[in-house]
Amino acid sequence: MANEGVDHGRRRFLTATTAVVGGAGVVAVAVPFIKSWEPSARAKNAGAPVLADISKVEPGQRLSVLWRGQPVWIVNRTPALLATLPQLDSRLRDPKSELEQQPKYAQNETRSIKPEWLVVVGICTHLGCSPEFVPEIKPEPFDPDWKGGFFCPCHKSRYDIAGRVFQGVPAPMNLVVPPYQFVSDKQILIGVGPGEKA
Amino acid sequence: MLKNMIIKSLVIAAALFAGTAGAEEGAALENAQSRVGNIASVQSGARLYFNYCSGCHSLKYVSYSQLADDLHLSRDDVLRNFAFSGAKIGDQVLTNMPGDNAKAWFGNTPPDLSLEARAKGPDWIYTYLKSFYLDPSRPTGWNNTVFPSVAMPNVLWELQGPQRAVMSTAKPGEESHVVRLEPASPGKLSAGQFDEAARDLTTFLDYAGEPAKLKREAMGVWVVLYLALFTFLAWLLKHEYWKDVH
Amino acid sequence: MANVFTRIGDWVTERAPGMMPAYRKHMTEYYAPKNFNFWYYFGSLALLVLVNQIVTGIFLTMFYKPGAATAFDSVEYIMRDVDWGWLIRYMHSTGASMFFLVVYLHMFRGLMYGSYKKPRELVWLLGMLIFLTLMAEGFMGYVLPWGNMSFWGAKVIISLFGAIPWIGDTLVQWIMGDYNPADATLNRFFALHVIALPLVLLLLVVLHIAALHEVGSSNPDGVEIKKKKDASGVPLDGIRFHPYYTVKDLFGVGFFLILCAFIIFFQPTLGGWFLEPDNFIPANSLVTPAEIKPVWYFTPFYAILRVIPSKGLGVLAMFASIILLFLVPWLDRGAVKSIRYRGRGYKIALGLFTVTFLLFGAIGAGKSGEWIPAIFGANADVSGIEMHFGWFLLAIYFGFFAFLYVYTAFGYEKTKPVPDRVTTHA
Repeated sequence: MANEGVDHGRRRFLTATTAVVGGAGVVAVAVPFIKSWEPSARAKNAGAPVLADISKVEPGQRLSVLWRGQPVWIVNRTPALLATLPQLDSRLRDPKSELEQQPKYAQNETRSIKPEWLVVVGICTHLGCSPEFVPEIKPEPFDPDWKGGFFCPCHKSRYDIAGRVFQGVPAPMNLVVPPYQFVSDKQILIGVGPGEKA
Repeated sequence: MLKNMIIKSLVIAAALFAGTAGAEEGAALENAQSRVGNIASVQSGARLYFNYCSGCHSLKYVSYSQLADDLHLSRDDVLRNFAFSGAKIGDQVLTNMPGDNAKAWFGNTPPDLSLEARAKGPDWIYTYLKSFYLDPSRPTGWNNTVFPSVAMPNVLWELQGPQRAVMSTAKPGEESHVVRLEPASPGKLSAGQFDEAARDLTTFLDYAGEPAKLKREAMGVWVVLYLALFTFLAWLLKHEYWKDVH
Repeated sequence: MANVFTRIGDWVTERAPGMMPAYRKHMTEYYAPKNFNFWYYFGSLALLVLVNQIVTGIFLTMFYKPGAATAFDSVEYIMRDVDWGWLIRYMHSTGASMFFLVVYLHMFRGLMYGSYKKPRELVWLLGMLIFLTLMAEGFMGYVLPWGNMSFWGAKVIISLFGAIPWIGDTLVQWIMGDYNPADATLNRFFALHVIALPLVLLLLVVLHIAALHEVGSSNPDGVEIKKKKDASGVPLDGIRFHPYYTVKDLFGVGFFLILCAFIIFFQPTLGGWFLEPDNFIPANSLVTPAEIKPVWYFTPFYAILRVIPSKGLGVLAMFASIILLFLVPWLDRGAVKSIRYRGRGYKIALGLFTVTFLLFGAIGAGKSGEWIPAIFGANADVSGIEMHFGWFLLAIYFGFFAFLYVYTAFGYEKTKPVPDRVTTHA
């Protein structure tokens, strides 16, 4: 086996070329395996938008609906409750909803499309427990100056009636507002924003 | 020398196997020439399926949303024309006919057809659809040369026009059998048109059996081309190292 | 950049001094004969397919649901709803068949070139154990989709164990965990197929390669290259495995993958040979398929079982046909390894053995029903002719082993002189 006449340059070139082309193939073949972890067609179908009938939800009441395995709360807020919102700004972490916990159309004082209807995902942004709905404006053991909202029993986080989180509690962010739209006055479609496709 | 003999025998063996693959015992099957690549054919087959078949036969592994996506139809179209009212886009294609009723009416529950094309093959389905004939001795009044004594009536009879069987002369001690089928009266479609319809329906079921068929062949061309390039480079590389080995 | 690798290499070597020598021993300084030909691709291809089966198998396990009520549906879920699931499934099913194709060709090489002879008997034995394990692995894998052929194939094969005297029936029920192949059977086959047998397979493959590397590879001429070394101890007819055979095997891999791609993308069922039509029907204990036959790679052994009318003798013959292969290193008493220099009798015997194996395969696959009437007329007694022809083939099959012993132990074989140095067709 002769060692003279070995063209190292050509060997390096061919090795590199084969390695690059082969490497591209390896990456390409990895793609289907990685993509297989995406939600399957069945999961996507199960995660389809959910239509909620709000015709029977009285002022001060909450309706709970399951969307993508999560509880979504629809709250019919009374004028008294809505009036509390501007007074609470100084006690909140993110009163202007600057963090992206809601779609653009819910980035307002009431965090909603229509003022009286709150649509929010009922999962505490701390570690994922489901808070309690405490709508009455009266002193509570966890807050003598309670103006109505949500209280999480796990680690005592508190949110106002727009889902905004208080300072001094473990939860870092406001409750998530999912995409939703009013199909009519009596129906809210959760999962699709106004003007969006499913 | 021996290696050549062995290779030749292997090639002959392979040819024998290949040649007899697909040969059927029993009724000779016509070639369906299923054309899953022709979306118009699949769409036409879908329309036929939902008009004539879905009343009794479910496609439980197929969802309406998949039909919409694969057949390039809008989801609204699919829901309106294919699904019974109340079905959601993500639902599987199920039939409204309760299984017990079907068994009482027909003697057998109409089977789910999602995988029929994979289990029986498109040729079988195509020939079956064309092989119904009038038979007063059967409860439905119909029989089929591909599936003798089938419990299913001929749902496509109006399109095809009913056929009758020409029987052989029975020798003593034997039963006569069907020699061939001929039209008893014309249907709404000509023979050629009906063949096309049967082909479309078969193509649709072929697609339903394996939706991936729509894209895997096109993909395969690229994969094989890429691998050919890689193999060529690998060969160059191998040759470069090995030219010094004597 | 290379500096980083060198420094890491040094760090590791300091703490595990055996690593680099191991790499050199098995790759860069493993001297393999320079005259490997076409028949020597199949070892590395088998390793490639093993890796494929493991990777695609792991991903299938993420979506497959073992259980009589869920398995069949979950396979359709993989084929339709999981993104790219169909591709992963076809890679796995094609890989299974290609595994056996590659392994059969690999074993044939061994028979042709006497790779099983001293000092490589252990390599051959480990290889045979791999073959046995692979057959169990393939059988159980085929049961998992719980199609109708899965069920009936399982029923037939497990019932073979009933042929064992006294304990047979208890054994069959114990294997199944029920009175019929059922949910219990499926779940335990899942566990065995997914983890237990793959671990055994991996261990055996490691031992198989280690055993080979201890004594060094043989070659198409059967010449022991270690007998002629140069001044520095390197065999004159040897070349370093890396880069020469890594580069050559890479080419072999490319070619092989083209074949696999053709199958996966254009004919994934291969006309029903790789994925049988009856398996697209859910398992049904009340409806037997028109023809119960195993997947193509088991058909020769299935035929041997079937052509013997007695169940007990049939099972015995089937197992014997595999066990005899274990004994080949001791049945063959000849000194010459490679068919190139062996007596003409051996060439004829091996040729007949191969043809017999293939014809058995055809019988096991049910081809008698087509070919016998075609040759003998429509009124031919298919099962009668098949059985008698099968006995004839049995005589040849078992005769091969008997012949091998008699031919070599009593000096009937007339060999040609084996060269000192390997020959290449350069």
